[in-house]
Amino acid sequence: MPLVRLRGPLKQLAGDSAEHAVEGGSVGELLRELERAHPSTSGWILDERGALRRHINVFVNGELGAQETPVGPDDRIDVLPALSGGR
Amino acid sequence: MTELLVGTKKGLFVLEGEPGAPFDVTARAFAGEPVEYAMRDPRSGRVLASVTSPFYGPKIWYAGDPAGEWEQAEGVALPAGGDAALERIWVLVPGAADGIVYAGGDPGVLLESRDGGATFEVNRALWEQPGRDSWQPGAGGLCLHSIVPWPGDPDRLALGISAAGVWLTDDGGASWRRGNEGIVARYLPDDPPAADEVALCVHQLKRSATHPERIFMQFHGGVYRSDDGGETWTDIADGLPSDFGFPLALDPGDPDSAYVIPLVADVDRVTPGGHVRVYETRDAGASWAPRGDGLPTEHAYLTVLRGAMDQVGAGESLELYFGATSGAVFGSGDAGATWFDVAAHLPPVLSLTASS
Repeated sequence: MPLVRLRGPLKQLAGDSAEHAVEGGSVGELLRELERAHPSTSGWILDERGALRRHINVFVNGELGAQETPVGPDDRIDVLPALSGGR
Repeated sequence: MTELLVGTKKGLFVLEGEPGAPFDVTARAFAGEPVEYAMRDPRSGRVLASVTSPFYGPKIWYAGDPAGEWEQAEGVALPAGGDAALERIWVLVPGAADGIVYAGGDPGVLLESRDGGATFEVNRALWEQPGRDSWQPGAGGLCLHSIVPWPGDPDRLALGISAAGVWLTDDGGASWRRGNEGIVARYLPDDPPAADEVALCVHQLKRSATHPERIFMQFHGGVYRSDDGGETWTDIADGLPSDFGFPLALDPGDPDSAYVIPLVADVDRVTPGGHVRVYETRDAGASWAPRGDGLPTEHAYLTVLRGAMDQVGAGESLELYFGATSGAVFGSGDAGATWFDVAAHLPPVLSLTASS
């Protein structure tokens, strides 16, 4: 099963657990399944449209991905706030 | 003891003190996060704060003690599956009925809570208002920033949306109509389209506590008064150095009172001449007088945002407070006659609310 890894407040919201084995064939499916398993994360990663928030990045095995990026059972998905500056 | 909840670009600051001397910072919450607005509900004592993480989106939080644990309110989102997302919560306001709390947000959305701010729902009538597609955002977005309940009548409410004008309801938000007669938008052509088609950039609304049919408005180039609950408006800016500004405060004990902080103009949003002055009327806008004793008199080019001024008390003991994007906070314990420094070096102040 793909492994979703969370940090910071997302980790806290997801039962204070950094790693979550989640069913799904794409990044978007994994994130929606993560919300179902941990409702406290709802609205934090995906907005009410179901879109990935603008300043959240998702990496699949270290490569920048998107919601539609396919994932396999051995993949590792990191959900990270984007590197931001100037504010 | 007066408590100020100061929403800043880098967190919520709780300040406590007595008029006349700098206040103590007694708590800080949401460090590093923009806190657009915070208020203590006088009915429950609960503190509510709107926080928009640049990463995780807008949330509303509540706590009994701002130095303690905060809980996230539920339902702070637009209807799922649409083509818009909630961008920001601009204001939080206790309603006229027990337990009711309103939140105003971008894009022009009103959220209602019936349990003191633990859960919210979108007001569907305003959200589905015909013609919404033509509403135009102001520079800060399509922000619903002013919510003025009618004391004693939960069915009546007025809203200010930048730049979609004034909206009124008499049926508890089941239906809405515009209330813009008399407002002149100088930033539009000489022959603007009909009033219900133009972008009206309301900056702030405040309602009299004792004469609720009276509402004052700071407009994007204009200061107005309504004596019929927001149906029609009269320009009362004559006598001010500028009719551009953002915040308003009223003396709850005097329906003829209002305080504004004029800025140069929309193209130069700072205090005129580097001189900070609050202007006061005690005759419903027929005349204005500067109140600046104790405020910076030179080289002070401050911007005071729409939510960053509030009052507590009334009459001669009226206390006034405002914060600037410079991080300075000023106060008056004598209805604006004299002023003192409350805090000097906070992060940019986005909002300020006062209670005692």
